[in-house]
Amino acid sequence: MSNLMPLILEHLMIVLIAASISVVIGVVLGILSYWMNYLDKAILWTAEIIQTIPNLALLAILMILFGLGNVTIIAALVLYALLPIVRNTYIGLKSVPIYLKDAARGMGMSKLQRLMKVELPLSFPLIFSGIKIAVVNSLSIAVMGVLIGAGGLGYPIYRGIQTNSMERILIGAIPVVLMALLLDYLMTKVEKRLVHKGSVN
Amino acid sequence: MIKFENVSKSYGESKVLKGLSFQIKQGDFVVLIGPSGCGKTTTLKTINRLIQPDSGKILIDGKDSAQLNPVELRRSIGYVIQQIGLFPNMTVEENIAVVPKLLNYPKEKWQPIVKELLTLVGMPYEENAHKYPSELSGGQQQRIGVLRALAASPPIVLMDEPFGALDPITRESLQEEVRRIQKKLKKTIVFVTHDMDEALKMADVIVFMSGGKILQMASPEEMLQHPADPLISEFMGKHRSALSVNAAMSAAEFMKTRVLKAARSMQTLQSIELMRNRDVNSMIVLNDDDTYAGTVSLDTIKSHGKAGRAIGEFMETTVPTVNLKEDARDTFEKLYTSPAGYVVVLNDDMTVAGLITKTSMAKAMGDALWGEMIS
Amino acid sequence: MTLIEFFIVNQKDILGCLIRHFQLVGISVTTGMLIAVPLGIFLTRVRRIAPLVLNFAGMIQTIPGLVMLGFALLLFGIGLLPALLVLSIYAILPILHNTYTGITEVEKSYIEAARGIGMTDSQILLKVELPLARSTIVGGIRTSTVFTVSWATLAGLIGAGGLGDLIWTGLSTYNTNFILAGAIPSAIVAVILSGLIHLIQKKLTPRGLKGVSA
Repeated sequence: MSNLMPLILEHLMIVLIAASISVVIGVVLGILSYWMNYLDKAILWTAEIIQTIPNLALLAILMILFGLGNVTIIAALVLYALLPIVRNTYIGLKSVPIYLKDAARGMGMSKLQRLMKVELPLSFPLIFSGIKIAVVNSLSIAVMGVLIGAGGLGYPIYRGIQTNSMERILIGAIPVVLMALLLDYLMTKVEKRLVHKGSVN
Repeated sequence: MIKFENVSKSYGESKVLKGLSFQIKQGDFVVLIGPSGCGKTTTLKTINRLIQPDSGKILIDGKDSAQLNPVELRRSIGYVIQQIGLFPNMTVEENIAVVPKLLNYPKEKWQPIVKELLTLVGMPYEENAHKYPSELSGGQQQRIGVLRALAASPPIVLMDEPFGALDPITRESLQEEVRRIQKKLKKTIVFVTHDMDEALKMADVIVFMSGGKILQMASPEEMLQHPADPLISEFMGKHRSALSVNAAMSAAEFMKTRVLKAARSMQTLQSIELMRNRDVNSMIVLNDDDTYAGTVSLDTIKSHGKAGRAIGEFMETTVPTVNLKEDARDTFEKLYTSPAGYVVVLNDDMTVAGLITKTSMAKAMGDALWGEMIS
Repeated sequence: MTLIEFFIVNQKDILGCLIRHFQLVGISVTTGMLIAVPLGIFLTRVRRIAPLVLNFAGMIQTIPGLVMLGFALLLFGIGLLPALLVLSIYAILPILHNTYTGITEVEKSYIEAARGIGMTDSQILLKVELPLARSTIVGGIRTSTVFTVSWATLAGLIGAGGLGDLIWTGLSTYNTNFILAGAIPSAIVAVILSGLIHLIQKKLTPRGLKGVSA
């Protein structure tokens, strides 16, 4: 058990770093798609294509670029996380009721003020649910980091496969699944709260 | 004919229908109305067995519906709902033909039906048959909803607040169309609404329900004139009075009965005295047998009359008369063409019952529209 | 050797891996469909136990692919069958989910109208529920296919072949050409299949559901 904890922490660290980066990039891209009508299709389409690329293929290609180690798996997780975050940001911003946008405009808010004070806060529940999807998926995909020399809970699992040890596989797999379920549960709770609080009739 | 025999239905503790018994005659347009939760929709849905009663029987043309196959029963009864429920994946034509197809009509049989029905509501086949519901307006969608119910020519059609979601203008034209179609095709229609206007406009028979029971079942006129329960009067509110002005009211209800009358033998000076005392400028002249003879006014006496003459000699007969039972509308017209500004109301035996002036008419209408006015 | 030369020299092997990859995906998605669609329909008829089954399915989905393959390897050994088993289980999940939600999300008024005009339960299913849920179900098949193409690259790990084999070889020998020879075709296959199914999905959406709603 004592040697499991560092693996769990490293696994979480990888996922959290990747999630933070993808939230920043994803939300910015979502805002850009919303602002620039001619870009929205291209950005969403690209994110969707990236999402479609098989895990192992993307990981292997990124390894060629970034070499072995945690950086590569983080890069892969960031790329996979883009689609849910960009898409939910874009849809969230688009679905803010016109009358609220007009009201904000009518009060003399600038484009940036409208975004920060009205549109983003109102879209936040949806953006959050995009982040939830990204985080839960990342926990599972991060296991593959072991194949390109990254740390985390993939290590015992892979060792288990190589040594025919069900026990080792389970030692790695159970924390991953538990974390995924727990985070899904907690974030769904937060999500429901947000939707309830910020609902626009 | 549809016959309810002691039909009851409960959901858990709450009794939705409490021993309903009533009959619907063939070819009647029957409207079920009442406050929400009164059981009207439940009653409707027991007819095509979308809801099964806990006890009691529903006989359709003498057959116990519980013994019939529910699916076959429903195919023989048209059904229209408020949400319209046109299948969005089917064209207008496919939607209308859905029941005929379920009944395995060949295309040669159902296609003419579709064409004929579309013509019936003024939506030409060529233009509309291949559209999808989403390409139609709300009113057009519900027209198709009604046609779908009619397609297999069921003798009975059930309608559950079919026009509830439509705007007032569309609703009105659909009400007229459905009424016209019902008369033309001689359907028995059972129609649920909470709109008294709609009920009065469409129904042959109104069934007023409350708390799972029938408070009154009567024709619209009957219900307007003799509501059986305060709740019904309240529900009808303005309709009652509005309708009574239109048709139910007769001349008798507008007239004032305190009228100055004199025998034709009365002397001029005496009659002037009488009119001045009563502060009027004309009065009614009677024959010796108390029947109506004519009228006389202060003006005519002054210009024609001489002292000591009887008023019968120069009385006028130009003021229109109406019978006590004359309807309000004709009376109204006579009043407006009367040179004297009033009409005389006569009893059947030609004696005078009263007279109607513009003031008395206005007061009576005011009473009717807004309730008894304090005057 | 440049990448292009590598592709030309090894075209036979690459093509073989590609075909095997298609087989893996084709068989498991078909199996998934055959199980998930009827099961999804069944769940809509017994809605009380549906959340239980769907939550369980959702939980399985959070198990990393590597773990599932590990289980299969330990339980059934190396080879094609264990791989197909794992891939089929993954393929079931999105289709099951979408079949269930697709049918339950069909508006109540359509069902009521259908019942009211005298459709039997199976007619309601075939003429109303399934046509209206069709595009959602195909959406599930699309997700399944993309997943399976991805998991199938892992199947090389337990000796099932496919494009994953090339990537594994590349990773273990640090040979960029092998990696790309597996990665690029598998990515292209995923994108093309996803696009194709998307087109089918659009084609299958009844015209009445595409237009602007009235």
